[in-house]
Amino acid sequence: MLKSIKLRVIFIVLFLVISVIYCLPNIIEPTGAWKKYLPSDKIHLGLDLKGGMHLLLELDTAKMLENMVNRKFNAVKDGMIRDGIRFLGLDKKENALFITIRAEQKDKLYNLIGKEFSDMKAGAIKADGENLTIEFLLSEKELTNIKENAVHQALETIRNRIDQFGVSEPVIVRQGENQILVQLPGIKDPQRALELIGRTAQLEFKLVDEDNAIRYTGGTPPEGDEVLTMKTKNKETGISTTTQILLKKQSLLTGELLTDARVKLGGEFGGEPYVAIEFNSEGATLFDKVTAENVGKRIAIILDNTVYSAPVVKERISGGKATISGSFTMDEAKDLAIVLRAGALPAPVRVVQNITIGPSLGQDSINKGLKATIVGSILVIIFMIFYYRMSGIIANIALLLNLIYLLGAFSALKATMTLPGIAGIALTIGMGVDSNVLIFERIREELRLGKTVRAAVDAGYTKAWVAIFDSHITTLITAGVLFMFGTGPIKGFAITLIIGMIINLFTAVFGSKAIFDWIMTKYKPRKLSI
Amino acid sequence: MVELLKNTNIDFIGFRKKAFIISLILVLIGFYAFIMVSIGKANLSVDFTGGTNLQIKFENQVDIGVLREVLVNGGVGDVQIQQISGTKEFFIKTKLSDVGSEKIQSKISAILSDQLKNNKYEILSSSMVGPGVGRDLKKYAIIAVCLALLGIIVYIAWRFTFISGIAATIATFHDVVVILGVFYILGKEINLLIITALLTIAGYSLQDTVVVFDRIRENILKMKSKNEFGETINKSINEVLSRTVVTGISTLIVLAVFMFFGGEVLFDFSFALFIGLIVGTYSSIFVASPIVYVWRNKVR
Repeated sequence: MLKSIKLRVIFIVLFLVISVIYCLPNIIEPTGAWKKYLPSDKIHLGLDLKGGMHLLLELDTAKMLENMVNRKFNAVKDGMIRDGIRFLGLDKKENALFITIRAEQKDKLYNLIGKEFSDMKAGAIKADGENLTIEFLLSEKELTNIKENAVHQALETIRNRIDQFGVSEPVIVRQGENQILVQLPGIKDPQRALELIGRTAQLEFKLVDEDNAIRYTGGTPPEGDEVLTMKTKNKETGISTTTQILLKKQSLLTGELLTDARVKLGGEFGGEPYVAIEFNSEGATLFDKVTAENVGKRIAIILDNTVYSAPVVKERISGGKATISGSFTMDEAKDLAIVLRAGALPAPVRVVQNITIGPSLGQDSINKGLKATIVGSILVIIFMIFYYRMSGIIANIALLLNLIYLLGAFSALKATMTLPGIAGIALTIGMGVDSNVLIFERIREELRLGKTVRAAVDAGYTKAWVAIFDSHITTLITAGVLFMFGTGPIKGFAITLIIGMIINLFTAVFGSKAIFDWIMTKYKPRKLSI
Repeated sequence: MVELLKNTNIDFIGFRKKAFIISLILVLIGFYAFIMVSIGKANLSVDFTGGTNLQIKFENQVDIGVLREVLVNGGVGDVQIQQISGTKEFFIKTKLSDVGSEKIQSKISAILSDQLKNNKYEILSSSMVGPGVGRDLKKYAIIAVCLALLGIIVYIAWRFTFISGIAATIATFHDVVVILGVFYILGKEINLLIITALLTIAGYSLQDTVVVFDRIRENILKMKSKNEFGETINKSINEVLSRTVVTGISTLIVLAVFMFFGGEVLFDFSFALFIGLIVGTYSSIFVASPIVYVWRNKVR
């Protein structure tokens, strides 16, 4: 018997030491040689305690597919012209293209599609005399693929942007089909972060259509043209004005060919920050060609369908370097450089949830939660000693062990503590108290039956164990469900409960029982203070 | 030894008809609340309805009426404002959520900066939830509750009897519905934290029920004839009564402390648990056990 007590005490102490070691970083910073061997992670605080930003973004995949079909549409058109296939009609709808040709050119068209657009499959064919209208579809599988890739690319891009923006311990995970969850703990300027993350950042270069601009007076733009807004800020007054500008729809160059974007100061923009961009070799060749062809004309630099500037091309530009200016503040220029470097999102994103908690509120919650936990614990400790005397003290030792184990487990598992998590700790302690109460009441009953102290303690533990076990398991079931379906703070609550229940089962029976057994063997008391 | 209760011999089963009537009334109120919540007529948080919720702290005291007027005139209609008592902090809630680039938070900030010029403020927290998210959340909340209940029935049916499983689940459901009713009547906001509280109450109530059932299970083995079933239940409840009371008191102490010191956010949570604990204890004695009694008598 003694041997097994020893073994149990060893276990209890071993777990205690491990827990204390894991808890240490929360109290003191390890230094010197210790740093190498001791864990250094503090308990992770959730956004509700630390302050920060929780964003749920939804990728507009419908918009993306539309763009995608648009691109296919243009590419197929170009291919047909090149291969000498006369199209009598060309139409698009959701994920399909409708091409009307003369029947004898059917094979030629199939050849083109099969070779260059293998992701499109021929569907229904409608004949009208000599003419055929053939439907080409993007397959279901292809669509899913495209969406999958888009979400992955968006995740990657957002991660890049956040890394470059500089946030410690960000959480960026996919949620559901086309949603991305972003958590930025301790962020100081949430508004700026939101703009940085939410921006599509599609950079395009387009030609200003000055020939048509003279005749154009509003309304529907001429064929092949579009109207975009250009924002200009007057340097002296600081007042922004918007003007409409007529552009050729076809983009000459896009941001995909960028290799670098940096903030620069001074130069021709009079001390104002601007963004210098650099193209890769493909982009540089294209840029060289475009500028050579359009000397004297204006090229608009467009980001997300807003014209930033539309400078006149003075001469051919080789070497693949360009600048974007637009009366930026330093922060705006920095953020623009970040999004250009990180690349564009494959589709626009929509913010469907934005929860921002200021750091002062978080600190306030920690303080209040801690205060409540401490006061509550003290009251319970007093109550237990008042009601169960010496045995109450043993129960309190078990509860203290419980708390230390719980905090140790939290640090070791790198679980996240949230406000409901603190409440979860209180609940766990409550259930720990209940286990002890169950045991003690049972021991009292056994004592009343006239059993010896030793027999009463043993019987009390054995009989109470079943009820303790069953009640903890039912709570574990609830906590497990909460863990699966809850998000954020609720998940924190569930984690606390799950860890708490397991530790409770261990200490309520192992912890205090070992102490009881040790007293029994050592002092062989004839009366029990309970 | 200190004892609050000693050798009690209360006829709990004899009280069952009155208890059933009380519970029926409470549950009916709860169901009414549940329907109201389902059709969105209760005080639901933006988590469920979609919308924007801001917690704002002012430097100087603002009259809640003035604040409302300023916001409504500024174009943020359908706004609910609640002052955290004894502070200069307000919760501002509206069903509006961000559309495109128009941000509700920016709009409200602009109105406040413009209209309350000489009163600085700080946005302590904000949450904006798009209309679609709430629907998913409601769905998940319902799935979670159903799954939890199912898991519990299966576990208890396995550990005890099928009848016990059903009785325990009815008692648990009873508690959750009653608390929902209390929150509805008091006009308190039903948010994610409260849903968590409801599930915790379910856990607590079960714990109580399991303890009672455990003792019944034990005492049935000692039972001499089947006619003693009611007495056995009474005896079992009386035997665990002191445990029920002692645990109840110590937990209520902790919850009361959380209500007083935990701040606004934890108040409603602790309050729900506080009432839940009382109702849960009541239900394991006066609902779960009598159901087992009545059902077994019927079966026989």
